[in-house]
Amino acid sequence: MMKEIRVHARAGQGAITTATILANAAFEDGKYALSFPTFGAARMGAPMNAFVRIGDAPIRVRSQIYKPDYVLVQDPSLLRGFDVVAGLKPDGLAVINSTRKPSELGLKTQARVLTTPAARIAKEIMGRADRVNTALIGAFIAATGELTMEAIEKAIYTRFSGKAAESNWKALVAAYDEVKNRENGL
Amino acid sequence: MVKGRMLQGARAMAEMCALCRPKVISAYPITPQTLIVEELSQIVADGDLEAEFINVEGEHSAASVVLGAAAVGVRVFTCSSSQGLLLMSEVIFNIAGMRLPVVMICVNRSVSAPLNIWNDQQDSIIMRDSGWIQLYAENNQETCDLLLQAHKIAEDHRVMLPAMVCCDGYVLPHAYEIVDLPSQAEVDAFLPSYDPIYKLDIDNPTTMGAFADPEKYMETRYMIQETMKKSLSVIEEVARDFGSSFGRSSYGLFEKYRVDDASTVVVALGSMAGTIKDVVDELRDQGEKVGILRLICYRPFPKEALYEALSAAENIVIMEKDISLGGSGAVATDMRAVFYGREACPRISGFILGLGGRDITVDDIKTTISKAQHQVADADFVGLKEDLELEGING
Repeated sequence: MMKEIRVHARAGQGAITTATILANAAFEDGKYALSFPTFGAARMGAPMNAFVRIGDAPIRVRSQIYKPDYVLVQDPSLLRGFDVVAGLKPDGLAVINSTRKPSELGLKTQARVLTTPAARIAKEIMGRADRVNTALIGAFIAATGELTMEAIEKAIYTRFSGKAAESNWKALVAAYDEVKNRENGL
Repeated sequence: MVKGRMLQGARAMAEMCALCRPKVISAYPITPQTLIVEELSQIVADGDLEAEFINVEGEHSAASVVLGAAAVGVRVFTCSSSQGLLLMSEVIFNIAGMRLPVVMICVNRSVSAPLNIWNDQQDSIIMRDSGWIQLYAENNQETCDLLLQAHKIAEDHRVMLPAMVCCDGYVLPHAYEIVDLPSQAEVDAFLPSYDPIYKLDIDNPTTMGAFADPEKYMETRYMIQETMKKSLSVIEEVARDFGSSFGRSSYGLFEKYRVDDASTVVVALGSMAGTIKDVVDELRDQGEKVGILRLICYRPFPKEALYEALSAAENIVIMEKDISLGGSGAVATDMRAVFYGREACPRISGFILGLGGRDITVDDIKTTISKAQHQVADADFVGLKEDLELEGING
């Protein structure tokens, strides 16, 4: 069974890091994983994608992801002009960094849409509203349970060190708790 | 736990390069090879590899530096892509002619113009006539495995020819996946230090590659051609040794995937073979007798082994990321020559995909396989944009 994740972001917003952390966490959970960006002459701020495939067997397919199980959107401004949910499986999930309600976003998909105030969480914890990627991962894990928090924690501390690791982990947990609390009606 | 580490491809390749203990590395950065060279120069600067990393002003010099270093009898490494490889080309031919076992990674990228930094395999395919052994990898693990084997094959006294390990630019070096690298002790046991047959030595002066008049030159070409043919068995032997040393199979000249009872066999090189394997499985589930032969060794071209492996097929469908403009795809041309005039004569179709980084999708592959059931294609382009103004061309 293979799960495919497509990350939408602007170059410089850490989408490759998002994909790398997810792939690393999958590896920590004993799975196979492949992550890669849309390759290009990156201009800061240009729309871009990163991709992750996670599976129980070695991953062979190398094409970009056209029918994702999950979509992560790091920058809500991408909802204007881009069909971020294109090809998203009906039983899939889109996680979007936004303070608005999913119904207000007007996304054309049968899949579940989850919004998370990742920018606010990042601003509160790291003082930078653009460092949303780890918070977005937290919301994704809370909603899907696709990877264990132990594996994600290891992956965060592999990717970052010192204060950066601590604050990114804190942001991730805050977003995770925010989704869990909402699910539990708190 | 899956064995290995989650690594970026470029990092894995740089570590594998260091494990092979080259004494001299020279390279000039070019996208998408740059990451490998950056990682390597860091490894050398950190003192983790005892090697001279020689910075140069361009690829012609990088190739010249490794040529010179190999000539004095040490193991060397270089790495390039696209225009960089083309700039090296004069030296590339010299390295082969001087029978120096230089090893390089070609991070495959398209060739200008128009300027395009993305992947296809045109750059290394252009070098097919140079006398270098060419091995194409499907994934990052295999790129590393082939790099180790390339040194052993090139330095084998029965071979003494340079070897180029080709990996698809961006698709492999920029991707993170699990790679299991051997220990230094394991590598040292598999790949002993380089033992040159001849070298530049002030106590025993000699000249290499100086001059051959019409009385001599032709024999030098004949000897490389004959050595190329004989190196096929060395490549297979080294792959077998690798398998028994590292417990991970290495396929040698090519990998056959669900080929044995297949009526249609796709032939492809490099990373797109992974996507094709998934398509093969899907079509097999639907009862179609499809397989893929993934060609690893393109030079020397394993003519007899390919004839044996594919003679039972009805349809051979070649998918390649290169085109000899005005001719056909290079692999298709070679493959047709294997079967011409022989008893087995499968239909052979050639398709050109993924030039300049055009994504090769599952649907592209399915469409191509289906198309080849009904017609013989010479060099059909797959995935062209219909909205581009091609009417003038198509008449």
